[in-house]
Amino acid sequence: MIKRSFLGLVKPALRYNLAPGSVQELPVPNKVILLLKASENGGPPSTLKVGDAVKTGQRLSASPDSAEYVISSVTGTISAMSPHVGTLAQKYTAITIDASGQDDWDDEFNKEPTLDTALRFFEGAPGSPSFKAFADPEKTIRTVVINGMDDDLLLTANQCVVQNEAAEIKNGVDILKKMTGVERVVIAVPESLVQQASATGAELKTVRGTYPNSLPQMIMKDVLGQMVEAGDTPEDEGVVFVTAEAVAALGAAFRAGQLPVSKVVTVVGKGGSTRNVRARIGTPLRDVLQACNVSVSERDRLVLGGPMRGIATYSDELPLEPGTDGIVVQDEADSAQTTDYPCINCGECIRICPVKIPVNMLVRFLEARLYEEAAAMYDLHCCIECGLCSYVCVSRIPIFQYIKLGKYELSLIETAEAE
Amino acid sequence: MSSQKKLVVAHAPYWHDGSKISTKNYHIMIAALPAVLMGISQYGAPALAVIAFAMACAMIWEVIWNLILGKSASIGDGSAAVTGMLLGMLMPATAPWWLIALGTFIAIIVGKQIFGGIGFNPLNPPLLALAMLVISFTGIFDFNESLRHYDLGFVMTYPLADLKAFGPDAIGKFGMGDLFMGRQAGAIGSTFGLGLIVGGLYLILRGYMRWEISLSFLAGVFITALLFNLSDSAKYAGPLFHLFTGYTLVAAFFLLPEDSSSPANFIPMLIFGAMAGMMTVLIRNIGAYVDGVVFAVLLMNLCNPLLDKIRPKAIGKVVENA
Repeated sequence: MIKRSFLGLVKPALRYNLAPGSVQELPVPNKVILLLKASENGGPPSTLKVGDAVKTGQRLSASPDSAEYVISSVTGTISAMSPHVGTLAQKYTAITIDASGQDDWDDEFNKEPTLDTALRFFEGAPGSPSFKAFADPEKTIRTVVINGMDDDLLLTANQCVVQNEAAEIKNGVDILKKMTGVERVVIAVPESLVQQASATGAELKTVRGTYPNSLPQMIMKDVLGQMVEAGDTPEDEGVVFVTAEAVAALGAAFRAGQLPVSKVVTVVGKGGSTRNVRARIGTPLRDVLQACNVSVSERDRLVLGGPMRGIATYSDELPLEPGTDGIVVQDEADSAQTTDYPCINCGECIRICPVKIPVNMLVRFLEARLYEEAAAMYDLHCCIECGLCSYVCVSRIPIFQYIKLGKYELSLIETAEAE
Repeated sequence: MSSQKKLVVAHAPYWHDGSKISTKNYHIMIAALPAVLMGISQYGAPALAVIAFAMACAMIWEVIWNLILGKSASIGDGSAAVTGMLLGMLMPATAPWWLIALGTFIAIIVGKQIFGGIGFNPLNPPLLALAMLVISFTGIFDFNESLRHYDLGFVMTYPLADLKAFGPDAIGKFGMGDLFMGRQAGAIGSTFGLGLIVGGLYLILRGYMRWEISLSFLAGVFITALLFNLSDSAKYAGPLFHLFTGYTLVAAFFLLPEDSSSPANFIPMLIFGAMAGMMTVLIRNIGAYVDGVVFAVLLMNLCNPLLDKIRPKAIGKVVENA
């Protein structure tokens, strides 16, 4: 954990881990758990049942006409299906597949580089890209940004892909252009990866190595010179962000004719030991941790993602998801504790906020549950969710949590009003 | 998906820079020590008694309030101790015990707790208490009167009182070096200029205090006093005299930058400090009170919420013109 520097007048710069290193390939696990987004009515999948045989790369969906699907990452049989609830109450069906150990590839995937193919096979690809914005008639996408940085401290998974798989990214960029018809593809990388990234054929841009410069909104502002209006997404401004890993997976899939079923993940142990491994999507976290010799004990924190923006999870039996770039294990003694102290108005958060939100006022409104006022007067929707305000808070208020809660409550109100 | 191991979940971020309110307050007390020790070395045991009793009283009032309201104990954060220490620093060494008990009651209960406790006080608690005491017990805060039994080997009249009564001609006897080194009559912890500046710089460099407020306050005092001095030097004292006398330096480094009663944005901090400095000299030069710091700061505390509305536009914010 990076502590406050002795001379506090100069704000400490939180630096990304910019040393990708090598990637170790993990063996196929005994079982994988795939999280299939539940369909609207929430019923159990009608086309899948326990005992079904599945092949590697097979597209599994709840019903023939459902848009939600997962790609099986192993060959084997479905051994269990149970409902699963995500951190923001998203409903999933957890499909457990016992792997046979051999990979028998499904041949449904055709190599036609069209948007339909992307939507049909790549929504759950490693790096969890989304191609929905390209198909949305209300949005005109002019630019695709390949993010070659990791979105949190400590993690290097994405940078590993840029470093080791530049040729696949180059192939992926061509496919991406063909699929979407977008001419401008930009790759944003740290200085250290300029050489590898220049071979990808995408327009090369560099990103500074200090947090939070790799977040989409910061790249929009610093690299593209475009502003994302409060409450909008980069897609609304005509820019789609994909991770380098997703592009490399796309490139590799069309070269080999096999859908991507594994992803790179950075595993950070308690002592700060960092390793990058490539594991099948859906591998239980415990298997990944065991392979890295990282132990988890009672009352530890198991964080999916990085230390600033990740999600602490409750069990090491949960699976590796396509969007999981890091697994951080934190000892109880090292984990930041929040308090119920009020804001003392010291202004640390204001000085560190990358988008200049008056956090001292915002948090007062959020604490009082005045979410609409917080959004209207104190720029709740400008927040890019970097977590720096909580990191520096002297009162140790869970500001980031309040902000996420405020946004979530407002989204509920908006959905209710729309209906 | 059940697990034998019980993991602790929480919201991001999982890192913290390690800062704490208590650490911050302890550092403020450490920074105030040079000035306090100088006061104690000059006035002896009575000064030590005032400081110690003020800190003890402030913490006791805080505990009593916590007990009455059934709130969790908050003296551990050091805020009450700092308030008591600062109030003690602003008092003469001869302050009677009941005055200190009353003063700390006003500071802790009236100044802070009835507004909701730490972080909610609209006014600086020690200064609010001091203002009430100064108005109610003028004699005790007339430093010429209260320190009349002391002879410490330097001019034992209160410089600002001399200036008010007799004009700049009467202050020739105070050397700037003497004033700076604490060789002047006054409150326990507010006369030792060098010690206060060292303490203030320590807080600024360690990042426990907002330098913008302190520096703009000193600049405000200096420039306003200079303008007065230039307009009529026979009537108004020079800027350095105003900087090194009265409560100017203790206010600049310990009272004005109090978190809750001062702004947090850059431009408001500059305005806040500069206006307080200007008001200080205005009150000293053309007002009724000998030292203008107390009321100047309290007045600017009241302007704080308004001032803090001047803030940069958040990135991404869309301004809709009506």
